[in-house]
Amino acid sequence: MSQPETIADIVSGHIASPDTAKERIQACHAKIERSQSQLNALISQDHSASNNANGGSLSGLPILHKDLFCTDGQATTAGSRMLANFVAPYDATVVSRLAKAGAVSLGKANMDEFAMGSSNETSYFGAVANPWDTSCVPGGSSGGSAAAVAAGLVPAATGTDTGGSIRQPAALCGVTGIKPTYGRVSRFGMIAFASSLDQAGCFARSAADCAPVLGAMAGFDPNDSTVADQPVPNYPAALTGDINGLTIGLPRQYFDAEVEAETARAIQTAIREFEALGAQVVDVDMPHTDLALSTYYIIAPAEASSNLARYDGVRYGHRCENPTDLTDLYERSRAEGFGREVQRRILTGAYVLSAGYYDAYYRKAQRTRRLIANDFQQAFESVDLLATPATPGPAFKLGSQIDNPTTMYANDVFTLPASLAGVPAMSVPAGFAGHLPVGLQLIGPWFEESRLLNAGHAFQQATDWHTRQPPGFE
Amino acid sequence: MPDASWQPVIGLEIHIQLATASKIFSSAPTAYGAAPNSQASAVDIALPGVLPVINADVIRMAVRFGLAIDAEITPNSVFERKHYFYPDLPKGYQISQLALPIVTGGHLDVAAEDQTQRIGITRAHLEEDAGKSLHDAFDNATGIDLNRAGTPLIECVSQPDIRSAAQAAAYAKRLHTLVRYLGICDGNMAEGSFRIDANVSVRRGATDEFGTRTETKNVNSFRFLEQAINYEIERQIDVLESGGTITQETRLFDPDRGETRAMRSKEEAHDYRYFPDPDLLPVAITADDIEYERCRLPELPAAKAKRFERDYALATADANALTVNPETADYFETATAAAGDDPAALGRPTANWINGELASVLNREGLTIAEAPIRAGQLGGLVHRVADDTISGKIAKQVFDALVAGEGETADAIIEARGLKQITDTNEIAGYVDQVLAENPEQVEQYRAGKTKVVGYLVGQVMKASAGQANPKEVNQLIVDKIG
Repeated sequence: MSQPETIADIVSGHIASPDTAKERIQACHAKIERSQSQLNALISQDHSASNNANGGSLSGLPILHKDLFCTDGQATTAGSRMLANFVAPYDATVVSRLAKAGAVSLGKANMDEFAMGSSNETSYFGAVANPWDTSCVPGGSSGGSAAAVAAGLVPAATGTDTGGSIRQPAALCGVTGIKPTYGRVSRFGMIAFASSLDQAGCFARSAADCAPVLGAMAGFDPNDSTVADQPVPNYPAALTGDINGLTIGLPRQYFDAEVEAETARAIQTAIREFEALGAQVVDVDMPHTDLALSTYYIIAPAEASSNLARYDGVRYGHRCENPTDLTDLYERSRAEGFGREVQRRILTGAYVLSAGYYDAYYRKAQRTRRLIANDFQQAFESVDLLATPATPGPAFKLGSQIDNPTTMYANDVFTLPASLAGVPAMSVPAGFAGHLPVGLQLIGPWFEESRLLNAGHAFQQATDWHTRQPPGFE
Repeated sequence: MPDASWQPVIGLEIHIQLATASKIFSSAPTAYGAAPNSQASAVDIALPGVLPVINADVIRMAVRFGLAIDAEITPNSVFERKHYFYPDLPKGYQISQLALPIVTGGHLDVAAEDQTQRIGITRAHLEEDAGKSLHDAFDNATGIDLNRAGTPLIECVSQPDIRSAAQAAAYAKRLHTLVRYLGICDGNMAEGSFRIDANVSVRRGATDEFGTRTETKNVNSFRFLEQAINYEIERQIDVLESGGTITQETRLFDPDRGETRAMRSKEEAHDYRYFPDPDLLPVAITADDIEYERCRLPELPAAKAKRFERDYALATADANALTVNPETADYFETATAAAGDDPAALGRPTANWINGELASVLNREGLTIAEAPIRAGQLGGLVHRVADDTISGKIAKQVFDALVAGEGETADAIIEARGLKQITDTNEIAGYVDQVLAENPEQVEQYRAGKTKVVGYLVGQVMKASAGQANPKEVNQLIVDKIG
């Protein structure tokens, strides 16, 4: 079993010898093509860029973009029939920044429709299979990105996380995935699901590989009013591997929750590993954790119902055949263009915002959201990081939860609170439950991505879970 | 006959299009009349993934507006999304303000029907305009032009303090004048830069209760506003007096028929599902920002009119007429300065020319003051020559007409060329006087008998004999000296 190369090795190799970048890109394209019938990790492949070994921090690095990011001149579908024929006329800020750093996009990764889902089964372009067990889901909504990195199709991929859409698939596919602080990365050109929660991030094998990718993506953008105007630290330089004296909090409410036995054991073992590395582990109380699921499933659908109003069949996207009048055009275009889960959330969102219900639902959810954020604020007064299971269990079977939305929603129970609070969080591979990977979630204070990445890096220096490759994809 | 005890209650909502170079949330230009969809950016057409970014000029203009109506400026006003589906609303929602508008609690003092009344302004909020649906441009299809989508608007909502159509028009005109002064709106009503919705209800007797109101939308002239309101008042009184009830509804004014008609009722009203726009931060405005704009405020119409009354010794009505827009006021001040060094003496004759002869020329030709065929300096030169007795008022009208017709560059050039200079040679005038006194012995006798008013007739005769060129004051004096 060969050790996968690190991104730092890959990039320095490309800078030394640009032709190796070309060869790598071709090899990745070939792997993608071979994997597609098994994994279905991509919605579209892009052969247009052959090399981009420009001397940048990601010189010639092959990547995939989640198909939620607009890419100039290419199909950008959001995993939806609604946008199956949409060709974006501009690049998302994330896309242009990664290209400027030297990354080469090989295509668009499959995803749950409009990033709504935890299994990648809501994609109009078909489900994605988990490389560790192709009868299981890869998680979602960034399932294609996670599966592609796990299967070694590309060294890194972009994703987006609204309630866990990077961390949950990273955990289920055994890769490292980071959702930075809300406002760390521009949302311009990233198709909106829930604007106050959506945040771009990335997948790679390790924290050390995530660091330069996140560094290239992050920073101020005049096109996004909610992005933070503060300098981006040099993330790779922050990876000292030293976490001696770091205080890690274990939120009681996460550990009291129902977690599959082998997953729980793997998480405990990982926490002992942090102690062995010199971290101090303490219990913390986050009393409003149990409000997160219901809070999220009010706020996210409310914003989604608004953000998806623009898909009306008038200017672009799916339009029904022969509409009889304007109402028919709207109703049939949207009924045909959106899948069941998207429709469910639009209806829920319209309901919680409607006259007479706004105060009881949306306004109340904004209050509980503040309580949840206060829990984090208080916890970080006494600890440097929080550690929790990323998911209640490992990857589940394709088809096993798709007809039961509330079971499906519960997959995100550990990832939702950090999204609601806007704090950065990442999932690192932390062992196995049977043959399926387990993810440990690390959560940091606002804009402390360096601390988070360094803790993950220290753990990965001492463990080899992140180097494991699924059988058949070595 | 309608019962005279009915009292109309009127409130106006006015959409003021802000004169920014670019749109409220995108960098696309706002110029009017461009080819359809040539001024709609990715943000304006609501492509997937785009985000709004507030135009700082919009905020500055709103602050200036708030200061000019003595209102409060909200330090952290909030943009919200107002949802409804329509093809010319690309996002499926309009970005507007609801709970926390940028401006609250102002007022305007309005003079109409011989009294000045303070009209309260509840709020003024920022919002983006929608695009346009072109229903007649294609067969079996509606065209959508999104050039206007994202154009910045202030919606200014008055209190229901207005009690007549004339007062409503006076309020709207006052606001129109104000936004022109502030330089925040071009005021072009034909192009939709200043659009008025009128809320009208009626009530009878001594009551604080309001009747059911209707809202008449998009009235685009002050004359139509008066017509629409008067029509609506009469219609509502008729309905109520014949035992009916008023339906709360939106109505449209038809200028061809001079009447309003129902557009949609409240039952069809939308649930707009407002909520704060998560793509935009609250608009942070500091006390320093407000002071900065306060220092840059121009002299406002009410202050200017007061100054005109004081410094130029004008009547209130003249001062108000001259300050209706900044261009007319500037024209007046330039002309008076050109007429000489005594504003208190020269202001009134200059005002009379502008509000009289010049106004009728502009009206006849359909011109604005900026397009006036006679420049302020030229008019001042003419006023100067009347004031120094070079020409009489009557001759001055000829010179004015000649200037309008472009027959000379200055009043002096025309006076010279046409030999219109007033006769001040007393001997020459005395000749005309002797001749007239000889021809009118009857009037001379009447004068001597005490009917001194007859001297006016005699002066007129002398002026006639001198073809208008004698100085009337001198003529008057000579006659009195000779027969008195």
